Amino acid sequence: MLDADFFRRWMTATAASVDREAERLTALDSPIGDADHGSNLQRGFRAVAATLEKEAPQTPGAVLMLAGRQLISTVGGASGPLYGTLLRRTGKALGDAAEVDEQELTEALRTGVDAVMQLGGAAPGDKTMIDTLVPAVDALGESFAAARAAAEEGALATTPLQARKGRASYLGERSIGHQDPGATSSALLIAALSEAAGE
Amino acid sequence: MKMLINVAETVVADALRGMAAAHPELTVDVENRVIVRRDAPVPGKVGLVSGGGSGHEPLHGGFVGPGMLSAACPGEVFTSPVPDQMVRAAAAVDSGAGVLFIVKNYTGDVLNFDMAAELAEDEGIQIAKVLVNDDVAVTDSLYTAGRRGTGATLFLEKIAGAAAEEGRPLERVEALARQVNENSRSFGVALSACTTPAKGSPTFDLPPGELELGVGIHGEPGRERRAMMTSREIADFSVNAILEDMSPRNPVLVLVNGMGATPLLELYGFNAEVQRVLTERGVPVARTLVGNYVTSLDMAGASVTLCQVDEELLRLWDAPVRTAGLRWGM
Repeated sequence: MLDADFFRRWMTATAASVDREAERLTALDSPIGDADHGSNLQRGFRAVAATLEKEAPQTPGAVLMLAGRQLISTVGGASGPLYGTLLRRTGKALGDAAEVDEQELTEALRTGVDAVMQLGGAAPGDKTMIDTLVPAVDALGESFAAARAAAEEGALATTPLQARKGRASYLGERSIGHQDPGATSSALLIAALSEAAGE
Repeated sequence: MKMLINVAETVVADALRGMAAAHPELTVDVENRVIVRRDAPVPGKVGLVSGGGSGHEPLHGGFVGPGMLSAACPGEVFTSPVPDQMVRAAAAVDSGAGVLFIVKNYTGDVLNFDMAAELAEDEGIQIAKVLVNDDVAVTDSLYTAGRRGTGATLFLEKIAGAAAEEGRPLERVEALARQVNENSRSFGVALSACTTPAKGSPTFDLPPGELELGVGIHGEPGRERRAMMTSREIADFSVNAILEDMSPRNPVLVLVNGMGATPLLELYGFNAEVQRVLTERGVPVARTLVGNYVTSLDMAGASVTLCQVDEELLRLWDAPVRTAGLRWGM
């Protein structure tokens, strides 16, 4: 079973890996976006880690709801509302149970990903974070490690796609050949989930 | 790359502190990043709140004041502000007559303003929203995020601002803002990429002998790259791109806008060419504004925006305005 502490570890691990990878995310964002994805997410997840340390919510749902709200309040851009909604809606779907099992987490995360698709209007194949999150949730039923592998594969698979959402979409065909920064940061989030599970 | 900054993390806050010192007629909340005209809320007046990433100065903070915006929310460089800022701004300027959010069509701005509208309405503030999407360089289709909002933002903020100043109700101010957007088109070119403080090097690689046609205002590349052209050729290309998309029957407002690193000498020369093309194409010009208004940090280049106006829109354009970035008649 996964308790609030597991979810705090997930968020802390995400903050650490976003810190490590911020420069790479920004570099990926520079040919097709506006070169700020890394610094924006870094600011947001640092705030998440600091808030969780201070407030220490007692349920898995409360951890994710608080993290999501913090991202919306600090990140800005498209990443703030999209990642914020992902975590908030996943947390909301978990309800106020003190512990959840992996099956419940998978279902809740699917609800979160659906909410992101609805908010951003993106579908798989549009060269966005959805291309990472959808296969990751599908594989999560199997194991955390499988979700991580599927996420990384999903992020890499955005390279040949033409962007249809977000700032990269304004480049049309010129967005082809670049890995999507949002899909890449989503892979970090899923990798941190597997790290929190010790896999 | 040398920049006149301390560290990238404090660039926006430092600029706001400096703005506060230079403009005592504004209330600048540095911590929460909201710029409000000092006399807000003005009784009976609709509030106008705009915002977006920093790096486009004087947009938007420079357009706060009598006759234009009531408040502005600057985000991080090229990053939309967050809903908390917008809700705070709306609360500061709402006199009970409601607030109009002016939103440029970029995914981040749209999402954050949508969230803010919901939150502000929960607090009992009546909110209307208008989307600016004037950039003809982007194909508008179901499969993209739609056209970008660029230079027309200035026309919209000025004209809607004048209407609000006259005490018109929210529905009317919103309708006028929509009318300005529907009648405006823009096209931009970049002669160099820009440098964000966070990255410290140019956001894309543009060789000396080339230019980007159809750029937005965030240092992202444009729709195509060509060998460097003359001012005359760029004016032909830009104005024709706009006129392929609109056929003005009325006179137009012209904005020849610098991207930040192109001197006025070049902008005025470019304007001469823009005016020549408009004359050749039989488009009468009502007013022209030349300068750096909707910038992209240190990008070299310019954009052209045309807005077709009737008598009422022209009168509202001419109405007095007193802001840091735009000032006439008072």
